[in-house]
Amino acid sequence: MKDPRARLRVGVGAGMADDRLGPAVALLEACELDYLVCECLAERTIARETLARQHDDKLGFNPMLAERMRSFLPLCRAKGVRLVSNMGAANPTGAAQAALEIGRSLGWRDLKCAAIVGDDVADRLRTHPELQLRERKLPLEEILPRLASANAYLGADTVRDALATGAHVVLSGRVADPSLFLGVAMHHHGWDYDDLPRMAAGTIMGHLLECSAQVTGGYFADPGKKDVPRLAELPYPYADLYGDGELHIAKPDGSGGRLDRMTCTEQALYEIHDPRAYITPDCVLSLEGLSFEELTPDRVAVRGANARARTDTYKVVVGYADGWIGAGEVAYAGPNAVARAQLAARTVQERFRLDGGAASEFQVDLIGMSSLHGEHPQALSSAPYEVRLRIAARCPDRKSAHLLGDHVRQLNMQGPYGAGGPVNLGAKEVIAVDSVLIPKSWVTPQVITVGA
Amino acid sequence: MGTLVYDLAHARSGDKGNTSNVAVIAYDESAWRVLRRELTAERVRQAYAHLGAGPVERYEIESLRALNFVIPDVLAGGVTRSLRLDPHGKALSSLILGIELPVPHPQS
Repeated sequence: MKDPRARLRVGVGAGMADDRLGPAVALLEACELDYLVCECLAERTIARETLARQHDDKLGFNPMLAERMRSFLPLCRAKGVRLVSNMGAANPTGAAQAALEIGRSLGWRDLKCAAIVGDDVADRLRTHPELQLRERKLPLEEILPRLASANAYLGADTVRDALATGAHVVLSGRVADPSLFLGVAMHHHGWDYDDLPRMAAGTIMGHLLECSAQVTGGYFADPGKKDVPRLAELPYPYADLYGDGELHIAKPDGSGGRLDRMTCTEQALYEIHDPRAYITPDCVLSLEGLSFEELTPDRVAVRGANARARTDTYKVVVGYADGWIGAGEVAYAGPNAVARAQLAARTVQERFRLDGGAASEFQVDLIGMSSLHGEHPQALSSAPYEVRLRIAARCPDRKSAHLLGDHVRQLNMQGPYGAGGPVNLGAKEVIAVDSVLIPKSWVTPQVITVGA
Repeated sequence: MGTLVYDLAHARSGDKGNTSNVAVIAYDESAWRVLRRELTAERVRQAYAHLGAGPVERYEIESLRALNFVIPDVLAGGVTRSLRLDPHGKALSSLILGIELPVPHPQS
């Protein structure tokens, strides 16, 4: 029996690819962490990084990796904190090598880094065109010629195994966000998959922490209604997870932001569908019975999550090229502003066609009226004093996508009077994502270490 | 006059593919009773219908005094394909808070 009161302390170093560095450094300096976990991989990031790696074999991992390593490694070394992150993206081995070189340049001679590989299943999927895309309800075959990437969401066991090598830094590609955190707990406490209450505790910890400051007052403030103290100084959270499964979410003592039942409840349900069946590679988590208790202004106890055994499939995110989006914006104010914006929108679309532009779909937004909630009855009931028109189009090629914005930019001279701040927002290459399920037996994760 | 969901609850929206989930969390027990009774899946579907919403799933989490609404087809193809200004639907939680429920305002 492991020590039930042994304490694991995990801090959050990032919740998105370009998250702030300062709050992570503050945790490292002041909070006696055992581990720092940086979650940096959105759904389509790997597809973009796969394309980057095709152009240059040394790329394909998080562009902020070097900056983060230079900020974090000296503190990790001084305080004995191990770093876990999915910053490896489409090139975990290259990322581990880059981290090693940066560590050595900072004087850390015996640094050891580990890469988790095996999430890339693109070659395997090419032999299974019959798989069904879960979002678009089409066979995979439809997008195979345009496939950019296919990565399985690996589980916490890969992080556990990578930490077992003794590596100071673990860099993965696609690992499910909560699994990064659960893997740390499985290694630290020696937990295994048959211990479902502990799988639940580690998974809810990961789910609450994976979006960094979204649990400490980010994505929350509504002045006068839901105030967040010192929002500018929003801290990142950390968790204390004990051997018996007791879990606290915390922020530095006396820090800004806000951590309480309300912020924790919002984050607990963030991106959840059926709260009784949140499926990760490690378990099926249920939030039924979940509760939070405010222990101090900086600390909340989390209770009541439970789990069923993991499924026998991995979810695979597939990225594929899906044309181009072009967009432009221009603003109007004063009497009849909305009618002028609408005339401008019609004119741009017509000119675009006359010039040979190709588009399968247009989006016309009146910012200040209907750009966020669409044609909501309240938005249409009165005219705003000023309005900004945004036009976007789905185009088959870069040339058309750019042409659309050009026509918006030219409105100051060739559209309705009073066109303020016209811009061409440019052409954006679209990497769309979808997902398929595959048997776990198709995937063979591996750990590769470098250094020491 | 009815009661706005805004006066009873706070909310957060999240995205997965072309589906948005909006969690609505009651401020207290009496607000929870009203929300549970009045904020039906159909009422939420109607509020999001002009954005393309399909059939809405509604889940109750009693221990959190929360309702979770899963609203399909409301993100114009999802974050990676959408032509919209807000492809994640981050602003879609405030739409639910603007729903007026046919019950007297608690303060009136």
